[in-house]
Amino acid sequence: MTDNTAYINKITFKQRLAAYRRRPASLIMFLITWGAAVITAAVVVIMVAYILIKGIPNLKPSLFALEYNSENVSMLPAIINTVTMTLLSLALAVPIGVFSAIYLTEYAKRGNPLVKVVRVTTETLAGIPSIVYGLFGYLVFVIACHFGNSMLSGALTLAIMILPTIMRTTEEALLSVPDSFREGSFGLGAGRLRTVFRVVLPSAVPGILSGIILAIGRIVGETAALIYTSGTVAGIPKDLMHSGRTLSIHMYALLSEGLYMEEAYATAVVLLVMVLIINMLSGLIAKRLTAKK
Amino acid sequence: MNPKLQKIKEASMKTVFIICACVSIVAVLLICLFLFANGLPTMGKIGVGEFLFGRVWKPLEDKFGILPMIVGSIYVTAGAIIIGVPIGVLSAVFLAKFCPKPIYKVLKPAVDLLAGIPSIVYGFFGLVVIVPVMQNLFGGGGKSVLTASVMLGIMILPTIISVSESAIRAVPESYYEGALALGATNERSIYKTVLPAAKSGITAGVILGIGRAIGEAMAVNMVAGNQAQIPKSLFEGVRTLTSNIVLEMGYATDLHREALIATAVVLFVFILIINLLFSLVKKDKKERKRKAK
Repeated sequence: MTDNTAYINKITFKQRLAAYRRRPASLIMFLITWGAAVITAAVVVIMVAYILIKGIPNLKPSLFALEYNSENVSMLPAIINTVTMTLLSLALAVPIGVFSAIYLTEYAKRGNPLVKVVRVTTETLAGIPSIVYGLFGYLVFVIACHFGNSMLSGALTLAIMILPTIMRTTEEALLSVPDSFREGSFGLGAGRLRTVFRVVLPSAVPGILSGIILAIGRIVGETAALIYTSGTVAGIPKDLMHSGRTLSIHMYALLSEGLYMEEAYATAVVLLVMVLIINMLSGLIAKRLTAKK
Repeated sequence: MNPKLQKIKEASMKTVFIICACVSIVAVLLICLFLFANGLPTMGKIGVGEFLFGRVWKPLEDKFGILPMIVGSIYVTAGAIIIGVPIGVLSAVFLAKFCPKPIYKVLKPAVDLLAGIPSIVYGFFGLVVIVPVMQNLFGGGGKSVLTASVMLGIMILPTIISVSESAIRAVPESYYEGALALGATNERSIYKTVLPAAKSGITAGVILGIGRAIGEAMAVNMVAGNQAQIPKSLFEGVRTLTSNIVLEMGYATDLHREALIATAVVLFVFILIINLLFSLVKKDKKERKRKAK
């Protein structure tokens, strides 16, 4: 039976050709659609191939020296700063994001006006361009709070920037936890708090993790929000109150100085590889998520 | 555990959750407050008409007219839409309806990779690949409205593709099958029945793309030429609102700096309008869904 339906639903090449002869516009649309897909694929292939081919020969061990100077133009300090910046921003944004998602899904009653306002504001936050965040961070953290150009100013700015991402993904993850889990926990006499932390949150971890990975991707790639908040000093800062550049800013600085094209190519490769790893991780988690369902 | 203690713990954690949920509201309020409080008085000082419609931006002569930047932003965004939307929507159709499974397994992660590539890497790619190509094709400096449009067109592709793809996939399969059963070709069924049904989702994707294009700073300022004048042709340099801020914030002082903050206010208002459009489209979609039920 199944074989039969499969056969019925198949049309032969000849039938298809005849249909196209009757409707030439369909053939044109068919070709255009394939064309668009080919263009998209070509863009990705050309970009990745170009950066890898031009960049990999420029990867020298001196680029990974611990100390930056104008001689070796090392990117290792920038890589370390990127990791610091990522951890710091996540440490600020993840608890707040997860907790507010918990409030929205587990505590707030239906039609709660606060929920509506929070939804609107997170959507607004998600749409604000990074340069506006940069300017805001500069006005608030660098100047008004007297943090100066520092890792802390940068991390605070980024934390606000990634907050909507973390909130949205966590909310979705919490909503996808079946209600029977909660009912079961309540039925056994657990309070709301215990239910949230012992039952709901653990089963939502993969979803939350995918949000965090998305956020890491944004932090690693961010330039505009950081130039005027964390600043462009090339070394490793001795504490969080000092300026330090992340890898993306490092690349921007190399390009705007215009003297270090080879090093810029190499930096592009490292950034690209980071993004590849981040994408692979999120792909893995997504796979596990769907497999569980 | 002591039930009274338990109650206190529950109540205090609930307060913590509520406070966290309010962080995003506070953030939006702070951003509005700082931008408007710094920007609006400056506009008053320069003169609202002179600021918004002045054609001359010469900070050294105290001339702050941002019309060229407003027009520039609109030009490159429109260019990005003209280039990115057709390719993006068609690619989405391809991914959702045409794509053989083995190709999908490669193409989908490729599109995701495109979404993850940092804007500074895009800018770099534009600088070393697209600009020289434009130079060879059309002469001149290569940094132009057209170059920036192509660059942004590529950058908004992943946004448009992924949103449109899920919109197309959300259309009930019966629409497609019904059209096929009536004798329409595969292409006619997709473009005349499925695509119109996915219209509001696709529109939402396009609006998101517009938001990304208008807010993009780093990539655009590397390939657009940045002349602060209204371009007369596609091949002339252009400066956007975002690049105006990125370029000059580093050394601006006094009124000049305030004028840049006011530029960010204009950008912010643009983004708010786009956000509003986005939520209207989404609401429309929800209402239609309810009616359909």
